[in-house]
Amino acid sequence: MSEILLLVEAKDGALDKKSLELMQGALGLGRQLGVATCAVVAGSDTARLAESAASFGLDKVYRLEHPLLAGFQPDAWVKGLEWLCGQVNPGIFLLSHSFVGKEVGPRLACRLNTALTTDCLGLSVDPGDGLLVRTKPIYGGNAIASLKCEGVPQMATVRKNAFEPVGEAQSASAIVEMVPDIGEDAIRVKSIKMVEQEVVELDKANVVISGGRGIEAKEDFDMLEALAAAMSKSHGNVMIGCSRPVVDKCWMSSDRQVGLTGTIIAPDTYIAVGISGAIQHLVGMIRSKKIVAINTDPGCNMFKVADYGVVGDYRDIIPALVKKLEEQR
Amino acid sequence: MKEPQIIVCAKQIPDPEAPFSNVTVNVEKKQVAVDAPDVISPYDENALEAAIRIKEELGGKITILSMGRKVSDTVLRKTIAAGADALVLLEDPLFEGLDSGSTAHVLSCAIKKIGDWDLVLTGRQAGDWDSGQVGLIMGEMLDVPCVSLARSIKIDDGKLLVEKSVPVGYEMVEASLPALVTVSNEVGELRYVARSKMLGLLRRPMSIPKWNSKDLGCDIDRLKKLQLTELVPPADMGRQCTLIEGAAQDQACRLAEVLSELR
Ligand SMILES: Cc1cc2nc3c(=O)[nH]c(=O)nc-3n(C[C@H](O)[C@H](O)[C@H](O)COP(=O)(O)OP(=O)(O)OC[C@H]3O[C@@H](n4cnc5c(N)ncnc54)[C@H](O)[C@@H]3O)c2cc1C
Repeated sequence: MSEILLLVEAKDGALDKKSLELMQGALGLGRQLGVATCAVVAGSDTARLAESAASFGLDKVYRLEHPLLAGFQPDAWVKGLEWLCGQVNPGIFLLSHSFVGKEVGPRLACRLNTALTTDCLGLSVDPGDGLLVRTKPIYGGNAIASLKCEGVPQMATVRKNAFEPVGEAQSASAIVEMVPDIGEDAIRVKSIKMVEQEVVELDKANVVISGGRGIEAKEDFDMLEALAAAMSKSHGNVMIGCSRPVVDKCWMSSDRQVGLTGTIIAPDTYIAVGISGAIQHLVGMIRSKKIVAINTDPGCNMFKVADYGVVGDYRDIIPALVKKLEEQR
Repeated sequence: MKEPQIIVCAKQIPDPEAPFSNVTVNVEKKQVAVDAPDVISPYDENALEAAIRIKEELGGKITILSMGRKVSDTVLRKTIAAGADALVLLEDPLFEGLDSGSTAHVLSCAIKKIGDWDLVLTGRQAGDWDSGQVGLIMGEMLDVPCVSLARSIKIDDGKLLVEKSVPVGYEMVEASLPALVTVSNEVGELRYVARSKMLGLLRRPMSIPKWNSKDLGCDIDRLKKLQLTELVPPADMGRQCTLIEGAAQDQACRLAEVLSELR
């Protein structure tokens, strides 16, 4: 079989941690199959990124370099990666299940006339037919499916945390510069402007306090803020998160949404206030060390996965709790 | 500009928000059974809402396209009650259990058969398999500009303007029509449909074309089923929950102690 290829992504100019996890997964498969494991970085100025990617024991790092690959214009990236696959014919192509991977993966798979499996938690190779076995959650996480697909390359996007990040290797990988053939005409969707909003990174928090549809009014999030302020004196970095209905009501921006289509986090403590515990929310926070739930419904799902449960109205519990915490100091 | 012809792809699935205790995984048969009523996949409802808003502004026609087995009139007529104009069902035993690429092929064939269209909208992902592929692949197959994760869609002077959700905020993008857009929940929920309106509609006769693989002239060799090798329930997520009881004051005191121990 030919080489394994993976797409490396940058975050704030450095290697994204998700890419280090993807390298771990890809290198594992490479050893098992006895084939080379290579990475591609795409952009208009990839020298530094390629160099960082070259220190993790990969066989090669392709620098896919083109002015149109600056920023992330999906049309250009799909075209560039399609071109690269034509050059190197990878047997397996892996991407992170990230904003980039989710968009590029399906389109690229279609152009290469192969099949992609998205959001995989595990990958292995069937020794019988050599096909990639892709393990992914379905029905929001209520079932775990393993499946195989025909087609070359074998393609998958991989969920965050599916693998441990890879450690640095002793020798550096070879860096190969490639200039793809991308014409202006490849770009059919034109970016007019990027509106940057302040985004929070919930995965950096020690404690996340999330409100759900049970929160009656937008102002009531002030109570959660007060709790966060009280806890931040002793618990480190405390942030406010939410379930999806809160985003739907435009009370919070989507970077605060926890869950399948939001952020997947594992803080020391997760406090769920007025959140019922739908599977799509649970997959985002179930790995929290301790889970505390405040909910008026004793039968709600959140109590089934929580370590501590308070059956009651947050409007009674939280102000009293804040007062108590403040007294303690 | 002429009034826009919009096609919304909508999938019928068991309610994805049913509690997990209502979901059973049959390991032997490799099947998931959900004890919940069928609904339209939530992001497809968002897509329909986006379509209705365009129609309110510019007029035009909304056609709902749905592939699947035993697609229920009752479930899909909700789309008509909300503001769609026509319904087309794609039914064939060959369409069962298809992978994303094959599903996109069938839907694309149907869209080509409908012929006159300016915009195709799909949900960002289906609420059962959560793959998030069909819309994007259709964009490729139809060979039109394709935008994903829309939080707002407008047609202005014959041009498509989309606000697309991106990790740092949102991006304004522009493309020509015809085009395909996948829609995210930030667009807003599908408007409320009064029950009486639904019931009235159900009584009214309505012709709903049903097309099979022959009608569509789709490439049967192109239709590939998902090859499941294994299906298992997830690891048990349950924890032993210590319930903190009593009056609110006492609960708050105890919880404060618990939180202090957790630091
Ligand atoms: C494909 C797909 C992807 C999804 N992705 C996500 C995701 O990423 N994240 C996400 O969160 N959801 C997601 N969802 C939605 C998910 O299925 C649920 O609809 C959502 O999580 C429910 O949010 P909730 O628990 O806040 O609301 P509800 O289920 O309505 O629960 C509200 C809770 O508040 C309690 N309550 C009410 N009043 C009070 C009070 N005064 N004090 C205390 N408690 C009170 C109620 O008892 C109830 O338990 C997704 C759905 C689909 C189909």
